[in-house]
Order: sequence, then structure tokens, then C-alpha cells
Amino acid sequence: MVRADFVIVGAGPAAIAAAETLRKTEPDKSIALISRENIPPYSRMALPYVLTGQIDQNGTYLRKGQNYYKDRDIKIYHATVTSIDAGQKLLHLESGASLGYGKLLIATGASPVKPPLPGLDLPGVEHCWTLDDAKAIADRAGDGANIVLMGAGFIGCIILEALVACSAKLTVVEAEDRMVPRMMNTTAGNLLKRWCEKKGMTILTSTRVTGLSDVDGKLKVDMDNGQSQIADLVVVATGVKANIDFIAGTDIEVNDGIKIDHHMQSNVEDIYAAGDCAEGRDFSTGYWSVHAIQPTATEHGHIAALNMTGRIAYYKGSLNMNVLDTAGLISSSFGQWQGVEGGETTESLDAENSRYTHLAFEGDRLVGALTLGRTENIGILRGLIQSRTKLGVWKDRLMKNPNRIAESYIANTQL
Amino acid sequence: MQKTLHINVDDCTGCYQCVLACSDEHDKSFNPMKSRIQVFKFEDEGRFVPYTCTQCDEAWCQKACPTDAISVDANGAKVVSDALCVGCKVCTIACPFGTVNYNASSGKVIKCDLCGGDPACAKACPTDAITFVNADTAQFDKMRNWAGKTDAGTQQSA
Repeated sequence: MVRADFVIVGAGPAAIAAAETLRKTEPDKSIALISRENIPPYSRMALPYVLTGQIDQNGTYLRKGQNYYKDRDIKIYHATVTSIDAGQKLLHLESGASLGYGKLLIATGASPVKPPLPGLDLPGVEHCWTLDDAKAIADRAGDGANIVLMGAGFIGCIILEALVACSAKLTVVEAEDRMVPRMMNTTAGNLLKRWCEKKGMTILTSTRVTGLSDVDGKLKVDMDNGQSQIADLVVVATGVKANIDFIAGTDIEVNDGIKIDHHMQSNVEDIYAAGDCAEGRDFSTGYWSVHAIQPTATEHGHIAALNMTGRIAYYKGSLNMNVLDTAGLISSSFGQWQGVEGGETTESLDAENSRYTHLAFEGDRLVGALTLGRTENIGILRGLIQSRTKLGVWKDRLMKNPNRIAESYIANTQL
Repeated sequence: MQKTLHINVDDCTGCYQCVLACSDEHDKSFNPMKSRIQVFKFEDEGRFVPYTCTQCDEAWCQKACPTDAISVDANGAKVVSDALCVGCKVCTIACPFGTVNYNASSGKVIKCDLCGGDPACAKACPTDAITFVNADTAQFDKMRNWAGKTDAGTQQSA
């Protein structure tokens, strides 16, 4: 039987960050990475850009060198793990083979879920999650194609951008009352909706798809507003679920993802988790949360790897943050943009130019932010929140003019 | 010897020559929006602060990039490959200094690349407020201290 000192299940950003840190800190130990897809590790985040033709498959690869993994003695197995024997420290694979581990990292990410509606198995209904999905969408999303996008959450809106670039006629159906509800308040969500409508999209909020049917080779999409829409393609982006079915039968504690401590370890010794399948500490709240974002994935992977080698690395928690480009309107959100109890919020709105800045404070510290139509220095928002910088007099200046973000930071650090 | 940009805020007169030189060097334009160095003006304090990437060791931008588009060149600069960058902007929120910015006209991100080892901003500065010096003699100390506070939540002990 094959055994490796470090085994990583998954091949996304968290997995690769972990493998690299493991190799850097333990040059002589064996590292095995198990990938379910039969291609080199790639970035799902890059898939929309494959759809638009901006990059090809190679452009999605997380590391570009042809022998990148081989050169670092990171062994990649293309296989599917079916179960874990934590007692024997063994992984059972679909092929019937098994693989032993010294320390195990579960970085299997998440998969899209289809709501339980009739017709979602019809041809022409796709997720945008794998390279194959992206290719299937590209085949149908030609000039003038009618596309219905189910879900205007974060992932939906990333795909939206690509679908618009394909010159498709797009209808977006979102069950909640605004676009990207987890990233936008009502003001921002409505600004975004108006922007999309001006670009020729149909945006239906507070609307649910009730079912799909085949009408002469096209898809008929029925909605709870009594209307229906004929589409060439339906893209489903209504949520994701952690890929952790294979841990059934172990004692690993799970909530929305595998619960991990400040060292990225699960409650089962020598089993760690990272990225979208893991529920780690939220920097802002101190509670557990799944932050399915690239920066969290790579931080998790890096910290998990250090701890797997016996070093003690403590993670203070991940800051939830997102950036989105919706047909040219760029938005970002950080931390507790909704505001916190006993805190204050401020905002500046220029509806005509789709510019909006909303800040949330606790005392004189920034705890959250939400921006639309702004790209300059937005990373400073992360810096201000995560460093818990005391803003002093700049708190009042920001309350009066929230757009002085960069100045507030520079004055506090450079003057 | 690795060299680094050193900024002495006290000597800056706010002439914006660095900004124009950077824009000219990278974009063949004189457009402050295309410059990778910015000058912030503080009217109440009567001060000017040139501001750009410190090429920090932590390299949040590089780690956050999903397409391997940011690499470290021979000068220690974190450099964006236009061929690999897809314009996803994750690096622009990951960098806690806000010194990676999206350039809508190219659809890519832009940041200071130290001009391949001969920074145009330092050459253009008439008061030596911006100099390109040996890394161990000068640092952006204040920014680096702050970087320590902002680290991605990691505290490591051997």
C-alpha cells in the first residue's frame, strides 16, 4: 500500500498553498495530493474568463510550469476518495485502492447544489463550476442566445459578467429582494440592479423559478410571478455545499463545513481542513463561518501546512471580503458591512454615477465596508479592518466623507 | 544588494513629477490615474505623502492571485504578468495597503514594478523625497510595522 507523510485531498488553491508550504518547510517528507478531476490543478475563479475566451484552459492552471509539481516532488493522484479510516490513518479510493497518511488535509472545496425543482436535469441546464461546465456553457451561449441565470449571488454575478460578454440576452432570477444579498445592502443592491437593467439585462428579484420543461428543444422556465421565459440555456448558481460526503463514518465534527480550530485541525487528531469545505474562525465575529473566498483558502492552506509539520501557527481568523465586476460596475465588501450593535455607519451615494461607499465602525475602528464604483486603494479597507487601527480624528472625517479612506490610513501610518 | 524605494515624506513638495513619470513610463501618458505611485495631499497639516507598494515579503497580492499572474522578479519586485492576469481583482482587496489597483482600460491590475530596477519616480523627484537605495539602509518602516499588525492573522512560532 502507498503511504505519504502528508496527504492532501483536493487540488484547489487551499490544497496547492498547503502543498507548497509543506514542501518548503519539510524538504524530505512525502507529499501526495489527490485530485478528482483528471487535469492539472486549476482555478474555478478563472472559469468565467474561459467562457469569454480571454484565456484558454492553460490560463486557469494554478501553477503554470509544466513540471511544477514534479520538480517539487508533490505527487498528484487523480482519484476519488470514498471514505476515511481515521483509526488506521487510511483513505479508501473509488478504484478499490487505499492510501495511508501521516497527516491529512481535507481541501475538497464545495460543489453547486440544484434546488429540488422539476426539469433541472434537462439538457441545456448547467452549473458553471468545472472546466467541462464552462465549455458546455460556451457552446450554447452564442450571440443572441437567450439565457436564464438562476441566482444572483456572488457566484451568479461572476458568471453574469461572462455571459453578458458573450452577447447573450440575459434574464436573472433571484429569490431574494436584491442582487448579491450577502454582499450588498438594499441601496447597493438596487444600484447594481439598475446598472444591469441599463445594460439590457432583465433582473427579476423576489422571484423564484418554479420549474423547467422542454418545449420544442428549448427550455421553458416557469416563475412564481406567473410568467415564463423561453431559454437556450439555463445556468444554475443557487448555492454550494461542502464536498465532505466521504467523511461520513468518522467522528469529524461538521456544521456547514468541517469545523476547524485556530490551527486548522478538526476535532480528529492529524486531520486538518482548509478552504471552502472548512468552517474556520471569522476574524470579525470570532465565530465559525465558511468563507468561500480565495484569500481565505490560501491562508487556511498555508496555516494548516505549518501545523501539520509540527510547527505551531495560530490563525486569528479570516476576514470575509469580496470583489465583483458586474458588467463594468465594480463592487467590494469587507467584514461586518452590515454594522455592529452599538456601532455607527455612514455612507455617501452618487446614484447618477453608480458610486456608493458605506462604512461601519465600532468606536473609532473600521469593522466593515461596502463600495460600488470604486477601485482606487480598496485594499486599504481590508488593512484598516484587520489591523484594528484606531482612527482617532479620522473617524469623524470619515463619518462626514466616507471616500477619504486612503487618506485616513495614510495619515495614521505615514504622517 | 536588493534595492528598495525610500520615501522621505518631509522632503516632498507635492510637485507630482513622480506621478507623471510613472504614468509616462508605464502607460505612455501623463495621467495620474495610470500611475502606480500616488501623492496624497493633507491640507490641514500642509503635507504631501508619496505612496506606493513596498514590495512586502508577505506578498498578499501574489498569494491571492488565482492564475499565478504575480511573480517576484530579480529586484524583489512583485510583478503582474498582463498575459496571465484575468482582471479578477482579488489582489486589489487582498493587499492591505491598497497599492494594487484595477486599470479598467486594460482590464488588468497595475502595481509598482520598480521599473525593472531603475524607478522612474525616483529619477523624476527633484528633492530626493523618493530615492532608490540599498534595502538594508532604508525601509518603509512605518508601513512594514503596520504590515506586522495586518498579517493575515498568522502568528508563527517554531
